[in-house]
Amino acid sequence: MYDPSASDSVGIVTPRNEAFEESLALASGQSIAGFSLRFETYGELNAERSNALLICHALSGDHHAAGYHSESDRKPGWWDSAIGPGKPFDTNRFFIVCPNNLGGCKGSTGPASVNPATGLNYGPDFPIVTVRDWVKSQKMLMERLGIQRWAAVIGGSLGGMQALQWSIDYPDLLDHALVIAAAPRLSAQNIGFNEVARQAILSDPDFHGGRFYERDVVPRRGLMLARMLGHITYLSDDAMRAKFGRELREGRINYSFDVEFQVESYLRYQGVSFVDRFDANTYLLMTKALDYFDPAAEAGGDLAEALRATRCEFFLAAFTSDWRFSPARSREIVKALTEAGRKVTYAEVEASQGHDAFLMPITYYFEVLRAYMERVARGVGV
Amino acid sequence: MTELRADLEIIKNWITPGSRVLDLGCGDGALLAALRDERQVDGYGLEIDSENIIQCVRRGVSVIQCDLDAGLPDFDTQSFDYVIMTQTLQAVNYPDLLLKEMLRVGREGIVTLPNFGYWRHRLQLGLLGRMPKSNTLPADWYDTANIHLCTLDDFERLCDKQNIAILERLVVDHAHQARAGVTFFPNLLGEIAIYRCQRGAAS
Repeated sequence: MYDPSASDSVGIVTPRNEAFEESLALASGQSIAGFSLRFETYGELNAERSNALLICHALSGDHHAAGYHSESDRKPGWWDSAIGPGKPFDTNRFFIVCPNNLGGCKGSTGPASVNPATGLNYGPDFPIVTVRDWVKSQKMLMERLGIQRWAAVIGGSLGGMQALQWSIDYPDLLDHALVIAAAPRLSAQNIGFNEVARQAILSDPDFHGGRFYERDVVPRRGLMLARMLGHITYLSDDAMRAKFGRELREGRINYSFDVEFQVESYLRYQGVSFVDRFDANTYLLMTKALDYFDPAAEAGGDLAEALRATRCEFFLAAFTSDWRFSPARSREIVKALTEAGRKVTYAEVEASQGHDAFLMPITYYFEVLRAYMERVARGVGV
Repeated sequence: MTELRADLEIIKNWITPGSRVLDLGCGDGALLAALRDERQVDGYGLEIDSENIIQCVRRGVSVIQCDLDAGLPDFDTQSFDYVIMTQTLQAVNYPDLLLKEMLRVGREGIVTLPNFGYWRHRLQLGLLGRMPKSNTLPADWYDTANIHLCTLDDFERLCDKQNIAILERLVVDHAHQARAGVTFFPNLLGEIAIYRCQRGAAS
């Protein structure tokens, strides 16, 4: 709940838009002519323009990372625990930019936007975008905002992949990359889960090849299933056991296919509520961006070689119960960074919450994040 | 700035400027910070303790949180000039394996150890029949991190067995002074030993 007296909240925030007329050439070979990015900012850009942080969102995230849009909002932005006055990403010291990714569904140009060439929603015609394309578009936003250099680029999960891509693609434009609960590329298992999620959407009769907007329907069942599946991979076995166990909703088995176990009820709720706030085509795009992410590929599969181009310092964190992007995946990045001779800090956080832990204010995680951000702040004199 | 612990001061002076250093069990990162500031060494520390990780982050040294009992699988063979273990070897589960790993990854190893064979330790165990406590071993037997204590002789025998050549040895008292007499009876009079070693010639 919004609390106007909370001194560690950024309070009420208003999203902004920047429109770009120029054409953006994408990794797929396609290009997108004219697009806009929606984003939020927290804190003030200092006179030297040296205190800017870029926060990149994950699969189902958006530009609303902190604060509230209105006094009646029930929930704050997705990383409100970490962003605000006195928090690890301290808005008293830093100017924080968080955009909605291109292809998103929260205000940046995406499949649900109207294609100026046809006057219809892009739908399946929206080009597939990659992590590198996002980074490119974020660089355009950076220039538009008059920021010459990020004090740090920060992200968790798919957001962490963007931070890593930033360090490779624009080595001289950031001092630090914070890559949290990420992986250098997806495993076959990760891609497998994404494919099942995509098939759930693609096979929904209401999907209509992605042109469901024109028919005024939504592939609810498919998107709901995709989210339910995703949600299982965000939690750990332990976290699910602790939260639901085998608890029955009515206290007894009914020998039916209705919701019986609490965990079923929870997953259905997560799925249903997701449908109301997310676009099925965007979900498809985001999972593809994940699948394609592989910065080592251009260096012949040698991640250390790919990271030799970087100049920034790195902070990585992973969580012990995360099986989606396990600590071993972060250690692959750490290994490559040490081979490449880059400065790197790696914290392995004991946490029971699974992949979702990166969003939670776990004491040690936040302490080490805070200590690292102190260093980032010192580096730019704020 | 606080003064560097005396054994770390000694080690610092053994390190060639600009070299590549890995510090196993780097604690609060004091040695790595000193090496960075005075020896142009940007090294990496491995550490398991979260409090220490935070201290390292504050000092701005590169630290990687991991368990040394898993060995050093994330580091390539001969990828560092020096691998350092200060007061670490006696606190791990498999000191013999870690010693091997140290000289697989590093061209040279530097090890500091408390000497369990120091005369005061011997007196406490031999005459009083109690587990020794001293400046170098201040903890009680039940809450010590030192689970694999050894004497200098023991350590040197292990080096011998593993075909490790000791290039340099400094045996000192708890104030890290090399006193007269220590040279002649290091295993009896020395409290702490600092070794520089490398893989022996192939036999």
